[in-house]
Amino acid sequence: MTDFLSTHVLSIILLSPVAGAALVLLLPASRVRAIRWTAFVVSLVPLAFSIWLWTAYDAAVPGYQFVEKAAWYSAIGSSYHLGVDGISISMVLLTTLLTPLALLISWSIDERVRGYMALFLMLETGMLGVFLSLDLLMFFVFWEIGLVPMYFLINQWGSANRNYASFKFLIYTMAGSLGLLLAIQLIGLASGTFDLVEITSRWTALNEPLTVLGLPVALPIGTVKAIAFWAFVLAFAIKVPIWPFHTWLPDAHTEAPTAGSMILAGVLLKLGAYGFLRFVLPLYPEQAQSFAWVLGLLAVLAIVLGAFSSWAQDDFKRLVAYSSVNHMGFVVLGVAAAAQARGTLAAADAVIAVNGAVLQMFNHGLSAAGMFLLVGVIYERTHTRDLTAYGGLFPLAPVYGGILIFTAMASLGLPGLNGFVSEFMVVRGVWPIFTVYTAVGMIGLLITGAYVLKGLGKVLHGPRNEKWQGHDLEIRRREIVAIAPLMALMLVIGVWPGWILGVINATVLRLFG
Amino acid sequence: MTLPVLSIIVFTPIVAGMLILLIPGDRKREVRLAALAASVVALGLSLWVYLTYDRSAGGYQFVERASWIPRLGISYYVGVDGMNLPLVLLTGIVMFTGVLISWGLDDRPREFFAFLFILATGVFGVFVGLDLFHLLFFYEIAVFPMFLLIAIWGWQVTREYAAMKLTLYLFIGSVVALVGILAMYFTSGLQSFDMLALEQANFAPDFQRTWFPMVFFGFAVLGGIFPFHNWSPDGHVAAPTAVSMFHAGVLMKLGAFAALRVGIMLLPEGAKFWSPLILGLATVNVVYGALIAMVQTDFKYVIGFSSVSHMGLVMLGFATLNRDGLTGAGLQMFSHGVMTALFFAVVGMVYDRAHTREISKLGGFSKAMPLVALAFIVGGLVSMGMPGFSGFVAEFPIFLGLWRAQPIVAIIAALGIVITAAYIMRVIGRVFFGSMPAEFEGHISPINNLDRIALVVLAGILVLVGIQPAVMAPLVQSGADNVIRLLGGA
Repeated sequence: MTDFLSTHVLSIILLSPVAGAALVLLLPASRVRAIRWTAFVVSLVPLAFSIWLWTAYDAAVPGYQFVEKAAWYSAIGSSYHLGVDGISISMVLLTTLLTPLALLISWSIDERVRGYMALFLMLETGMLGVFLSLDLLMFFVFWEIGLVPMYFLINQWGSANRNYASFKFLIYTMAGSLGLLLAIQLIGLASGTFDLVEITSRWTALNEPLTVLGLPVALPIGTVKAIAFWAFVLAFAIKVPIWPFHTWLPDAHTEAPTAGSMILAGVLLKLGAYGFLRFVLPLYPEQAQSFAWVLGLLAVLAIVLGAFSSWAQDDFKRLVAYSSVNHMGFVVLGVAAAAQARGTLAAADAVIAVNGAVLQMFNHGLSAAGMFLLVGVIYERTHTRDLTAYGGLFPLAPVYGGILIFTAMASLGLPGLNGFVSEFMVVRGVWPIFTVYTAVGMIGLLITGAYVLKGLGKVLHGPRNEKWQGHDLEIRRREIVAIAPLMALMLVIGVWPGWILGVINATVLRLFG
Repeated sequence: MTLPVLSIIVFTPIVAGMLILLIPGDRKREVRLAALAASVVALGLSLWVYLTYDRSAGGYQFVERASWIPRLGISYYVGVDGMNLPLVLLTGIVMFTGVLISWGLDDRPREFFAFLFILATGVFGVFVGLDLFHLLFFYEIAVFPMFLLIAIWGWQVTREYAAMKLTLYLFIGSVVALVGILAMYFTSGLQSFDMLALEQANFAPDFQRTWFPMVFFGFAVLGGIFPFHNWSPDGHVAAPTAVSMFHAGVLMKLGAFAALRVGIMLLPEGAKFWSPLILGLATVNVVYGALIAMVQTDFKYVIGFSSVSHMGLVMLGFATLNRDGLTGAGLQMFSHGVMTALFFAVVGMVYDRAHTREISKLGGFSKAMPLVALAFIVGGLVSMGMPGFSGFVAEFPIFLGLWRAQPIVAIIAALGIVITAAYIMRVIGRVFFGSMPAEFEGHISPINNLDRIALVVLAGILVLVGIQPAVMAPLVQSGADNVIRLLGGA
């Protein structure tokens, strides 16, 4: 039994949501209650297995674990190849954790529930596939598949401006993935395989000029790699998103239904950052090193400008959306530092920075999902997201207020909660490598405090807006159940980050040490 | 004695068509049942051939040969390999679903099915033909009924114009090809139309370069290659639903396949010489076709121009003249055939209920017809080349081949994918979502079970090939290897 589990657990995690989606579609559309519960219970399956995976994963063993490989598209040399290491396993855990919570918060959807739940489960498979794939083509397949359910979730269940937002989201991401597709083809052509493990050795060692029929000269391999490098960077930069490719994000996040925003901010943004760590740095170490300063600069701009933009918002959801730009900037800054420090004495610092970046991905997943959840809760009660329309709600919703303050503090980076640990590690790691950037980034940290407090102040404190007197604004029990695991993890990671850092660190050390 | 299964597939439709004509015209139910029975036989046998074809052995199988006009070296000669077998299956699928979709056709169904089946015989005959005369013979059989089907049962506004335009284009194309074929026949000195023999004829390079364009472009007219494509959207739009399905789904493949089988495979040196031109024209197909599709206001014209764009990818795959590109082109022919049949089926269902195809007047159909909307979305995702669907499985190798052959073309043609995404999303959004105009509210009847079966079959195939390419890709690849062998193992 354990044998079967350890050789197939990744497939089970990957495919159980889509099987669940099929199950949900078989239920009659009118049985709303049954549909909700089926979807929720199904989404617990991958969670249970990924918890098992976490306990069975051995951080001391190098390379990918629980590897599965089967023929898929053998005609062009692509296979169904799955595996996890310390970076991907934490992302898998994050995804499988957030999906059931997002489904729980989706109880408020009462229009076409069946389609909604099925799309959500398909989305989960798409996201998991990106983290689990060890084959470039499979990676691309899942990268794109995740796009479709998200498009429809925003387009069909979003708020007023959903058509514009969903279209923008789709076109931005597809434009990015077009370059990715062409670059993947180029790599496949040059190395004769799509298998990541083989490519990592073959492609990086490739020094021959690439002869392409129909061109008068053979392309110097440096040019080919530089083109492919930028194609990868652009696709991932749009997804993260790195300034100035971020403009789809506030629209998409704001218009998406609450659960969609949770997943969008919690997991989808991580796909881009994960792409940098898994593909860009290992496949293009030299190109990455020479352009690390650009990446670092854009990351700092994202941190600072994201924070300022967030501060300027009067729409609660937009404020939280821009905060993602700010927080993901730290992830990219860590990545840039690792690219810069390759092969230098600062490599040890880079390890700290990447550890921080991966942990920041996890932490931002928790806090952004939590913040969107809470924005959704207050929106559902008041039907407005306008910060100026709230005011002094704390006495009306004391439990909600407490939870909001707690989550906002985690997002702000209060010591003792999770955000502090990861941001501190990134800053500590990057400091010796990009001193000026880090110093400028500190401004962003300051403004983070400003916008978080602005949000809290406008919603909970200040003169009471008498309009809400007599309204029941308190958070519901189901919503508390949905956010409780997030809060628990924020606290646990803040106090004792060792349990997750140990796993991440072992892999990061091997990759970047 | 083995069963002459390919001959049965080829002649089942025409025999059934003749038998249907014997049924009294007012016995519409019997006519339809007979048509359904014939299409089930054709589909069942195609599927059986597809599944029993020995993939490890490769090459031409199920070969049958009979002398036809011995004095001229003409024979009835059929066989299937990895390239044409998926197309035979495709024809079976489109024929079956086309009959299901046409169940409600009330205007002279007897004659309609008879003509449709003559057309089907022609199509099967071309795909399995290994003799040039045989191929051309069935090619004309396939083209002619189209005229009647469009002119009699088509859309009143443009049917005569479209039918005439289509027929003239295709006849001119086939006459040009015929000239090239006769040149091959006389120059080879073999006194034979046997294509397998002609493959070994070693035509002089100069001869090949001179005649290749006539043969290739003569057939490629039916494949919709730019600038000879403009019969096709008019034809698609004017045709009744089942005929549009056949037309875009199968007939355009007929042109592309014949251009490959006769042009590229018999005149490989010519193909090498002219491939840059084909690459250029086909790139125009892909990008320009997609742009034109984007500005259409008529739902059916959008799909019509999308076929022009997608057939461009097939031609691009051919013109790469390498293994990946040809494999992708073979897969794209199948994938596009099924996809576009699905599209036209959906357009027909919407039009039958709304009596308009103006995109601006439609809206909100997903609530009234959820399965139709879902099927269209699946087709749309295939058309965008979304991974997990057959379009990706087909387009990916084409682009791989293009990188090898001409990277600039790969990059330009890739733009077509983004434009396709834009127009498909636009149509999905306008037609199926948004609010339904008041005049349709409550007037949209649900589709019947036969329509449902057709949609599920078509959409299911697109998904199956997408997530499990092994059901088709290795087969097509073996067919592509055969072409590569003739091209000198390039």
